Amino acid sequence: MRLRLGLLAAAAAVTVLALGTANAKEFRYSTTGDVLGLDPHSNNEGPTNTMKGNVYGRLVHRKPDLSLEPDLAVSWDNIDEVTWRFNLREGVTFHNGNPFTADDVVFSLERQQQENSDMAFAVNTVKEIKKVDDYTVDLITNGPDPILLLNMPNFYIMDKEWVEEHDAFEVKRDYSTADYAQVNANGTGPFKVVEWVPDTRLVLEPFEGYWNKDGIMTNITRAVFTPISNDATRVAALLSGEIDLMYPVPLQDVRRVNADANSEVMEGPELRTIFLGFDQWRDELMDMPGTGQNPFKDKRVRQAFFQAIDIEAIKRVVMRGAATPTGLMVAPGINGFQEDMNERASYDPEAAKKLLADAGYPDGFPVTFDCPNDRYVNDEEICTAVVPMLERIGIDVTLNAQTKSLHFKKIGLAENNNTSFYMLGWTPGSYDSLNPLMQLMTHPDKAGHGDWNSGRFSHPRVEELTEMIKTEMDPDKRMGMIREAFQIHQDEFGHITLHQQALAWGVRNDTVEKAIQRPFNDVDLRYIVMK
Amino acid sequence: MFAFIVQRMFQAILVMLAVALVAFSLFQFVGDPINNMVGQDATEEQREALRERLGLNDPVPIQFAKFVINTAQGDFGVSYRIGQSVDVVLADRLPATLELVFVAAILALLFGVPMGIYSGLHRDSILSRLFQTISLIGISLPTFLIGILLILVFGVWLQALPTFGRRGLIDIGGWDTGLLTIDGWRSLILPATTLALFQLTLIMRLIRAEMLEVLRTDYIKFARARGLKNRAINYGHALKNTLVPVITIMGLQIGSLLAFSIITETVFQWPGMGLLIIQAIQFVDIPVMSTYLVLIAFFFVMINLMVDLLYFVVDPRLRGERGGAH
Repeated sequence: MRLRLGLLAAAAAVTVLALGTANAKEFRYSTTGDVLGLDPHSNNEGPTNTMKGNVYGRLVHRKPDLSLEPDLAVSWDNIDEVTWRFNLREGVTFHNGNPFTADDVVFSLERQQQENSDMAFAVNTVKEIKKVDDYTVDLITNGPDPILLLNMPNFYIMDKEWVEEHDAFEVKRDYSTADYAQVNANGTGPFKVVEWVPDTRLVLEPFEGYWNKDGIMTNITRAVFTPISNDATRVAALLSGEIDLMYPVPLQDVRRVNADANSEVMEGPELRTIFLGFDQWRDELMDMPGTGQNPFKDKRVRQAFFQAIDIEAIKRVVMRGAATPTGLMVAPGINGFQEDMNERASYDPEAAKKLLADAGYPDGFPVTFDCPNDRYVNDEEICTAVVPMLERIGIDVTLNAQTKSLHFKKIGLAENNNTSFYMLGWTPGSYDSLNPLMQLMTHPDKAGHGDWNSGRFSHPRVEELTEMIKTEMDPDKRMGMIREAFQIHQDEFGHITLHQQALAWGVRNDTVEKAIQRPFNDVDLRYIVMK
Repeated sequence: MFAFIVQRMFQAILVMLAVALVAFSLFQFVGDPINNMVGQDATEEQREALRERLGLNDPVPIQFAKFVINTAQGDFGVSYRIGQSVDVVLADRLPATLELVFVAAILALLFGVPMGIYSGLHRDSILSRLFQTISLIGISLPTFLIGILLILVFGVWLQALPTFGRRGLIDIGGWDTGLLTIDGWRSLILPATTLALFQLTLIMRLIRAEMLEVLRTDYIKFARARGLKNRAINYGHALKNTLVPVITIMGLQIGSLLAFSIITETVFQWPGMGLLIIQAIQFVDIPVMSTYLVLIAFFFVMINLMVDLLYFVVDPRLRGERGGAH
């Protein structure tokens, strides 16, 4: 009996295999971790947001070159300083067949604005939303908001009827019960979720009723996303042809993937800026108890640290060339990036020593260096390289490299920024400089500010400028203010800017015709074409 | 016998409570799950509110007490990372791990026992020396290296077997099995071999050593003197007497296979409990970690119980006594 069952199963497997080969446009891809659920309003995490973008529609869509294009809104207009009118697309349906109307937009905004929603930041300047008619809505902001539009690609539209039917309005983050929308999806996007087995596979198929079916370049008929956490296994899966695309390629394997005739590495700049920060608020450095001194309050000491770091050596040796050194806290492509200001202060250990002596620390001082070891590309290796560079100018550095769960807890506000010198990386979710100004360069005293300004850098003029940048509607004036704020931050050596790490995707060139890489390191299935 | 089993069940509960208590004291050092759960743009108020809702601000004894009370009522909590009930998540992973461990254990016994007997009986033959060499590799190479080597050879160079994952699944009454399809077996071979190799060498060496020991004893000499056939002596008398320590070790080893298939599962992206726990640790997914540890403690106690019962089958001397001797 058992044998017969086995034979039957084998026959079934062969049939499935045969079907599989006929279905030639299957795209299989992989990255390190699984999505954190399908609810578009619950989590705010890179790979999760990308998957939402495949499934859910937004009013405005961000293209790979970071420019905006209409999605569910056909056009928009600033009626007055605080009112944005969006004209919605007609004839759009959700995956379950329900029509898309203004009610869904109003409902989705209310859902995304809940306190438990991690995506609330994208719509928190909206005071009120008004349905004008079935295909027109007005968004009224609580003050002029120059970057509302830039945040719109983070505003996901759900089907009101579907959510209410499953009683899933509330974004559940109390972890007492599971959230229906976390494991089921119904959007207006080009792909619908067929199956999700957490940590194993997420299967998508094109949505036949997608409004822009002929307007997107992809030709895939099925996409299978598999998280593979182990780097070596992920590389092996690509080289053996079991997956068509994977990222990131570990830097040490780039050459090996390129050496394979059927695969290659696509490289490109990423938007994340990696930097170091100093404690600039305690009166006494934690590593110097009893002295009553905090050397980092002196600009010369911060400059000495900056100039002691040989960024080219880090790029060449630690990053194997896969990094772009930066002098600014934002990457090219972020609104507010200043091309001519991106130059770093020169590497000059002698000058650094002199600066330290001038500041009154000719023999250096002790400091603990907090670093994550599983968050950014070669994070611990970068920190390990920084230690001897600082020791060369006399600083006694103790490296404290640990897992991200411990690192972010230690440097965060929860432990009252329990750090003197730390590493952090940042990508502004809004693609605008206001976000890093608020989160990294202004004091945490004000609500919504300085949540990750772990060294509490603060400058009165930067605080003032940030307030003005929030509401300045004239793009040129606003750019001038951003420029001034960045100039002050640079002159003050508020942080040590290091680099933007490079993206490295491994792609099979025997199955993938074309894949467009977006600088936010994710795979938007709209831009994948198979052979 | 019944009293013996009941007593063991009682012990199991004590062991599980102790494991949970130790686990909860350790969680304080794993880090803060909050920053993994919310995005970078969440405000400090949102973070603090979430921490409060999850009860992470409570002292350890309170957190532990809440866990015990909820677990006793069958509520294992919701995974911080996946957002699904922990019992559902674990039940999804259990078949993958059990099948992997089961096949690995069978492989280890199927090859380890005959190889051990053979090299015990013919200690100087070339084949025995070959077995010894292989066993040296199995004992000394770390699991992840064996796994990666197998992937490289059979997956990348020969392209004969899949390099990752579990395929060819058929649902039988809620149990996803990969044992009924060719695809399922193809994806199972490499991880099962990786996991089995160490156990195989252990069993082989153990049986070889025990056989050599037993063959020197007087009763084997008397058996030979009585003119019994070699077959009867080797299998009827010698092998049977080597089995008690082998069963003990195998029982312990199956427990560790279950608990420590972590490395094999990570290397092969095998969607079992080992992979789940390693991801839970990285994310500080406390509900998954605590339930997993308690479950593994339960498995260990159960396996030990089974081993004790097997002694009665193998060793006739024990059958005369009452189970209370333990």
